[in-house]
Amino acid sequence: MKILVTAKRVEDPESKIKVDAAGKGIVKEGLKYKINPFDEIAVEEALRLVAKHPGDVVAVSIGGKEVHEQLRHALAMGATKAVWVNHEGPLDQMGVAGLLKKIVEKEKPDLVILGKQSIDDDQNQVGQYLAEWLGWGQATFASKADSLDSENEKNKVPGVIVGDGAKTIDVIREVDGGLNRLQLTLPAVVTTDLRLNQPRYASLPGIMKAKSKPLEELNPAGLGVDVAPKITVTKLSMPPARKAGIKVADVPTLVTKLKTEAKVI
Amino acid sequence: MPTVLVVVEAQPDGKLKKATLNAITAARALGDVHAVVLAKDATALAAEVKDYVKVVHAGSAAHVEHYLAETWAPAVAEVAKAISAEWVGAAATQQGRDLMPRVAAKLNAAMASDIMAVNGTTLTRPMWAGAVIAEVTLSTPVKAFTVRTTEFALAEKAGGAGEVKAFAPAPVTSPTKFVEFKEVKSARPELTEARIVVSGGRGTKGDFKEVEALADELGAAVGASRAVCDAGWQPNDLQVGQTGKVVAPSLYVAAGISGAIQHLAGMKGSKTIVAINKDGEAPIFQVADYGLVADLFKALPELRAAIKAAK
Ligand SMILES: Cc1cc2nc3c(=O)[nH]c(=O)nc-3n(C[C@H](O)[C@H](O)[C@H](O)COP(=O)(O)OP(=O)(O)OC[C@H]3O[C@@H](n4cnc5c(N)ncnc54)[C@H](O)[C@@H]3O)c2cc1C
Ligand SMILES: Nc1ncnc2c1ncn2[C@@H]1O[C@H](COP(=O)(O)O)[C@@H](O)[C@H]1O
Repeated sequence: MKILVTAKRVEDPESKIKVDAAGKGIVKEGLKYKINPFDEIAVEEALRLVAKHPGDVVAVSIGGKEVHEQLRHALAMGATKAVWVNHEGPLDQMGVAGLLKKIVEKEKPDLVILGKQSIDDDQNQVGQYLAEWLGWGQATFASKADSLDSENEKNKVPGVIVGDGAKTIDVIREVDGGLNRLQLTLPAVVTTDLRLNQPRYASLPGIMKAKSKPLEELNPAGLGVDVAPKITVTKLSMPPARKAGIKVADVPTLVTKLKTEAKVI
Repeated sequence: MPTVLVVVEAQPDGKLKKATLNAITAARALGDVHAVVLAKDATALAAEVKDYVKVVHAGSAAHVEHYLAETWAPAVAEVAKAISAEWVGAAATQQGRDLMPRVAAKLNAAMASDIMAVNGTTLTRPMWAGAVIAEVTLSTPVKAFTVRTTEFALAEKAGGAGEVKAFAPAPVTSPTKFVEFKEVKSARPELTEARIVVSGGRGTKGDFKEVEALADELGAAVGASRAVCDAGWQPNDLQVGQTGKVVAPSLYVAAGISGAIQHLAGMKGSKTIVAINKDGEAPIFQVADYGLVADLFKALPELRAAIKAAK
């Protein structure tokens, strides 16, 4: 099975994000960067699938040269090959999906696994655009039915289950009010939710090996994709802070406050 | 006035999901609102919606019975084209999040997810787990959006009933098949609709008895942090936060939750926030109106008894 995954570069989810004085961008000083947590889950799921159904895992990232770090991370985890789309400057979800479509047409994977959302843009769109533009089926928010909190996490029933003869996959999905199961004809697009798996750490030999794995460079013009953004961010601001509250000494005081001050009980 | 098409969502029992009414309020700020209902037989749901909009497009067909993006997106796009809709949107529920980008792709529309405000044609939406609020504009002829339901009131009925137009969605062959839906049934109110939410975090160590007992005393919904859902202590559906549900009840009680930004993203719009945590330095206290530094296993039963006594 050949699987294409994405590895977007995003701010570490633990960082404190601040808007710059002009309200046009965020303050970059002191920020650390990581692979989008959902994309790391995508890489992990792909590696588990090819362990049972041998094939290649190709990791794609779009951005400046700094995204090599995230591609190397995916390679160190075990991906076979990296594809870097060299692009500086603004890029929206239609731009990303347009580029990924061209790469899919070149690479011809059986499955594309992306994160359900980027933790910077929080749009939750690219996988669905890509599936529609390819005319493929989509299973968003893929998840395991069981808990992640177990030594046996790897051995439990996965959230993406390859069907007979690797022509179909079944996917468990997190939806409102419960879990949904879909069956998709391959090739297809899957997006990951947090509870699909627990990504492995990159091992030292993995990190060493990643250095010599292939990293192909492409660019939007070469792929024939116009990535001029259709979404313009006109202003960024920080949400108003909640007004400072108080600490109460004990439960009776809390109940009195809730009754007489907040009037919520 | 531009035309706005809103996709109507049903609850598992087939009745109107309230979130759709929040989406209609947002849509009214953009133009004349039409709605599209898709079901095996769309008549009853269309009748529920018609008083809120100008026209309901009621699409009845066997192939749209179980929601699938692959079968619904073509039907929604078909209506959007027929009425020359400039905007197409839905509530930012799991269904809306799954469907709308696929509809947008069909219409070559750019999309803004989770919009919190509408000002002319400028949309406001959260980024970086709500640490940043962005104002965005979309430059494609057709534009798509999903609506953060907590930021818009439920729509009131419009004066005069709207028109219902039945249509038959064109058949499509879907590469995806619906297999099953395992509903997690709860006797408690729905998290996103409850007036009071009591949430537990890792501090509960998986023992939710006291969280649930307080919730039941208050007639509240139960929520949870990611740590709790990942551990399988509570169903996924109860996760509050950036990547879970967004809630804004009049009272939110957080017990044994540290207050990571990803959790705050889902509850900091609540009217009154109470935090119970044994660590006085926990970041949750920075957003709490009333903070109690205490062991939750002691404080929650006391709180329940005191609330009962105060009734
Ligand atoms: C991409 C991404 C998305 C995420 N999305 C979400 C999301 O949607 N929702 C979400 O909640 N999180 C989300 N998270 C996780 C988030 O960053 C935190 O890890 C999580 O919220 C922590 O859960 P917690 O507060 O229950 O646990 P902890 O941070 O471990 O806090 C437990 C708290 O309980 C207190 N405590 C312990 N024992 C007791 C006791 N007996 N009595 C009282 N207090 C006690 C401790 O002092 C501590 O403050 C996301 C993370 C990432 C990276
Ligand atoms: N610049 C990028 N490079 C690689 N993948 C991306 C990029 N931007 C978005 N993606 C993928 O698209 C998914 C959804 O992102 P979004 O729709 O922006 O929330 C992410 O989890 C990534 O997998």
